[in-house]
Amino acid sequence: MTDIAKLEEDTLRQIAEAADEAGIEAVRLAALGKKGAISALLSTLGKMSPEERKTEGARINALKDKATEALAARRAELAEASLEARLKAETLDVTLPAATSALERGRIHPISQVMDELSVIFADMGFAVAEGPDIESDDYNFTRLNFPEGHPAREMQDTFFLSPEAGESRLLRTHTSPVQVRTMLTQKPPIRVICPGRVYRCDFDQTHTPMFHQVEGLVIDQSTHMGHLKWVLEEFLKSFFEVKGVKLRMRPSFFPFTEPSMEVDVQCRRQGGEIRFGEGDDWMEILGCGMVHPNVLRNCGHDPDVYQGFAFGVGIDRLAMLKYGMSDLRAFFDADTRWLEHYGFRPLDFPTLAGGLSS
Amino acid sequence: MKLTLSWLKEHLDTSAALAEIVETLTRIGLEVEHVHDPAAQLKDFKIAEIVEATQHPNADRLRVCKVNTGAPELVQVVCGAPNARSGLKSVFSAPGTYIPGKKITLGKGNIRGVDSLGMMCSFEELELANESDGIIELPDDAPVGETYAQWAGLDDPVIEINLTPNRPDAAGVYGVARDLAAAGLGVLKNKDILPVEGEFPCPFRVTLDFAEGEKHLAPFFGLRLVRGVKNGPSPSWLQRRLREIGLRPINALVDITNYLTFDRARPLHVFDAEKVKGDLVVRRARAGETLLALDGKTYELDESMVVIADDNGPESLAGVMGGEASGCDDGTTDVLIETALWDPQNIAHTGRKLGIVTDARYRFERGVDPAFALPGIELATQLVRDMCGGEASELVIAGAVPRETCAVDFPWTETARLAGVDVSKAEATAILERLGFTVEKTSEDRAKIAAPTWRPDIEGKADIVEEIVRILGVDNVPSTPLPRAQGVAPAVLTQMQKRARNARRALAAQGLVEAVTWSFISKGEAEAFGGGSASLALANPIAAELSDMRPSLLPGLVAAAGRNAARGLGDQVLFEVGQIFLDPTEKGQRLAAAGIRRGLAGAGRHWSGAAQRAGAFDAKADVMALLGALGVATGGLQVVPGGPAWFHPGRSATLQFGPKAIVGHFGELHPRALKALDVEGPIAAFEIILDNLPAPKAKPTKIKPKLELSDLQPLSRDFAFIVDRAANAGDLVKAVGAADKALIVDVSVFDVYEGVGVPEGKKSVGVAVTLQPREKTLTDAEIEAVAQKIVAEAERKCGAALR
Repeated sequence: MTDIAKLEEDTLRQIAEAADEAGIEAVRLAALGKKGAISALLSTLGKMSPEERKTEGARINALKDKATEALAARRAELAEASLEARLKAETLDVTLPAATSALERGRIHPISQVMDELSVIFADMGFAVAEGPDIESDDYNFTRLNFPEGHPAREMQDTFFLSPEAGESRLLRTHTSPVQVRTMLTQKPPIRVICPGRVYRCDFDQTHTPMFHQVEGLVIDQSTHMGHLKWVLEEFLKSFFEVKGVKLRMRPSFFPFTEPSMEVDVQCRRQGGEIRFGEGDDWMEILGCGMVHPNVLRNCGHDPDVYQGFAFGVGIDRLAMLKYGMSDLRAFFDADTRWLEHYGFRPLDFPTLAGGLSS
Repeated sequence: MKLTLSWLKEHLDTSAALAEIVETLTRIGLEVEHVHDPAAQLKDFKIAEIVEATQHPNADRLRVCKVNTGAPELVQVVCGAPNARSGLKSVFSAPGTYIPGKKITLGKGNIRGVDSLGMMCSFEELELANESDGIIELPDDAPVGETYAQWAGLDDPVIEINLTPNRPDAAGVYGVARDLAAAGLGVLKNKDILPVEGEFPCPFRVTLDFAEGEKHLAPFFGLRLVRGVKNGPSPSWLQRRLREIGLRPINALVDITNYLTFDRARPLHVFDAEKVKGDLVVRRARAGETLLALDGKTYELDESMVVIADDNGPESLAGVMGGEASGCDDGTTDVLIETALWDPQNIAHTGRKLGIVTDARYRFERGVDPAFALPGIELATQLVRDMCGGEASELVIAGAVPRETCAVDFPWTETARLAGVDVSKAEATAILERLGFTVEKTSEDRAKIAAPTWRPDIEGKADIVEEIVRILGVDNVPSTPLPRAQGVAPAVLTQMQKRARNARRALAAQGLVEAVTWSFISKGEAEAFGGGSASLALANPIAAELSDMRPSLLPGLVAAAGRNAARGLGDQVLFEVGQIFLDPTEKGQRLAAAGIRRGLAGAGRHWSGAAQRAGAFDAKADVMALLGALGVATGGLQVVPGGPAWFHPGRSATLQFGPKAIVGHFGELHPRALKALDVEGPIAAFEIILDNLPAPKAKPTKIKPKLELSDLQPLSRDFAFIVDRAANAGDLVKAVGAADKALIVDVSVFDVYEGVGVPEGKKSVGVAVTLQPREKTLTDAEIEAVAQKIVAEAERKCGAALR
């Protein structure tokens, strides 16, 4: 065997045996480094005769190429193996939980959600949202709304009064109708508003809490009548309960601030703990409404022979209970986080007409 | 208001079935709340005869009865009633029957060795009496085998109407019948009430003793004596009728007044004439006077109340309740019947003040038919003479029945205007006349419409429309689309409404859970959070812990966190957006947004690192996220250390745009405030008054300011400053930023360090400064110049030294 052949065999063996990057570098230096064996062979070419150089040069260069190639291949092989080893070492237990996102944990209270739903529905029908203070005067809460002094109708609503230090007959509004009064006193018809807000009555059981939420609607212009009222309520309830249609039953009733006055029952089916609207043969009382009483119009500066319109009122908490199935009103105000997490809505559950009220 | 079907039919000639009557009542505004058929639970009780009753072989007090139940075989029943005897007709129940009075289902029995295959029943067991001392005794002609309830007339359904306060006319069965007749459900039976001819002058005189201007308190008072009556139990039909609607029969004279209260909505009163001393005076009560009323209670009267008095003092509380002293009992032989009109407001006031709820008050405060005051006493006199005999005196009348009635000038177009339904003049007229209105044509399209005396609620055109529409049926009003604006619906929410809505979504997106807590809290809670003033206390709170309007949302949230902790849920992350009250005026109500974090900041423990307890910086993060989401320009926002008393003095701050433009606070809550609420801390909290945030400037277009992007790369330099431990990093950042306002675009704190290498009482604050070259790349010398300015400013304003 010639020296060259032996060198080739040795070098290729050493390359193949190199176990890591350092090993392969050592082989490279030993073969191709400045003082390497192949480099040394190459440096002998200068002293050879042209003929000898021709044959030996080709052999030595072939050896160099082979060694270089083998080095590169082995290097790649080792890099691949070390990557594999690294990856293996980097293995994670991906079944461990990730940190929860705030978006996942946050909740919107059902009352806020329903208020947002109401704004969307009524904004589409041209209603603005009007608001007013919770602490009201007897005048706005009762007198202007045609509750005569001492009339039994005042006792229909158990009123919370503030202590005399608060000033002349200050009370907690028993309905959001004083917002209607404020709206009529400050705006010229046509008026279309809904008045959502907190209201207060001295009452406490499974379906009554001393504080609850109400939305009232008011339309005042020169032509709106009971037929329009009926249509608005139908559209509202249909849209709110997200059903194809609702059937309403209106019954004459009495409220001091409307004439004629009506209570509205909605057709439903009760099955199990669930109530479905737009079907069945049961009726559920859901809201009160009527044509704004001429005295109320007069008390708020409008001529009842020129202006007319309707008003209605419904409990927001009750709407939420009917739509989303909570059974105890008291739980709405208890802030039990288990309840809030269960019945609450996610931060991005924004009701829209385009996307639907609820997802 | 309760009535029975048979009672109704006494006034209404109708072939309508119960279901149709009930449906019609609801349709015309007399909402039926409940229909109770007392026969339903008694359907299995049969009339039976005890054919033979023999002594039980093993028990002295028991009898073994052979009972004929109408079946071919006699039934053996062991009975313990003392009155169980041969030949007695009584009520039998077979095994398997539910016994309402005992709340058990009867089984087959063996009593002391003798089989018993049923039970003979008492009134108590049928729930027809509260107690009884034996089995029911029926007359000999009672038909064996028939259903007892049917035979006894107990199958009369009781209809309960939820009467609205505007309809006193329907507080009597006759009025209900009149409404049904108007709705086309039958014909009202008109029974003429003839005046009773007085046989002698009434020996009692009546004076209405009121000052001028107060005569409305008692406009009319009528009185009649019937002497020689024999009082006692009223006839069984009357007793049954009263019982069916839940009243207790007392004696004939009293029962008659109760009967007319419900039959005709006409309360009357009867005095035992022998117990009345002297003449009657109707007057205001005097301070200090008392009355032992028929309910056995003594009431303290005052001058705001009206009484009927004799020489002994008040004998009766006008329109509300009679007095015990002059009441009628079985010994009454001479009776004085009173019919009167009272001022509804005064009756309501008296009843409310004394806490007396009676059927008379209910009617008088809503308004009785003045025109029926006289027929009422005539009808009562007839009933007294029919049931108790006696001879009637002439009537004594004081005052007069007011004659004013409400007449409305009514354009027939009004129904279409308000109700949106076309009703012909003829149809509307017919409806109104059936209801007792008089319609007098004044022109082709108008009429003068006068309300009947029994309808005090009719005031104007809208009331007439209601009458027409309610009888016509509200369901006949056609649903009519409300005209809507052309095109896309415009936005309607105000700035504050959007702010409240976005605040909720932003805080929920921060991982907080929205609570809605009471607007009123306890005085202690209010005081611990800056409130509790007398002007925000309720005069009539429903509970002591709900007595004061909240000055802040925080106590409600903290209390909620405490309640949740008591349920084992210690980590709490809650927020609320709602009203708070600084004073009782309209301006004193503000809209606030507040949040709290208790325990492990909400994310809970996590395997990846040590869970941190919620602290001031969590609250700061929440509030900054909120302000950011609301688009509030925070450039001018100052974070001033320290907050109100309910915050930790060293771990809280006030957020403000100036000393007079405070928008809120954040930090840890003061341990003392938490102690007042009995909730364990620490709790990090923030509260922002949304009304106090600056409003965004209104701009003519939605175009955003032009975006200036530099082609030159920004560069960052870090500085470590040594400052006093108590120095505020915020001041240092501000000072550094002010060193070159053109070049410095951002200053941020990347490190705070105390310890080895930093002198005692000092801290090192690492600040990264970003410079944005404007026109050309900065030279080293320029950068160095800025750096020197930064160091100089930091030293001048904060005493900072480069580390």
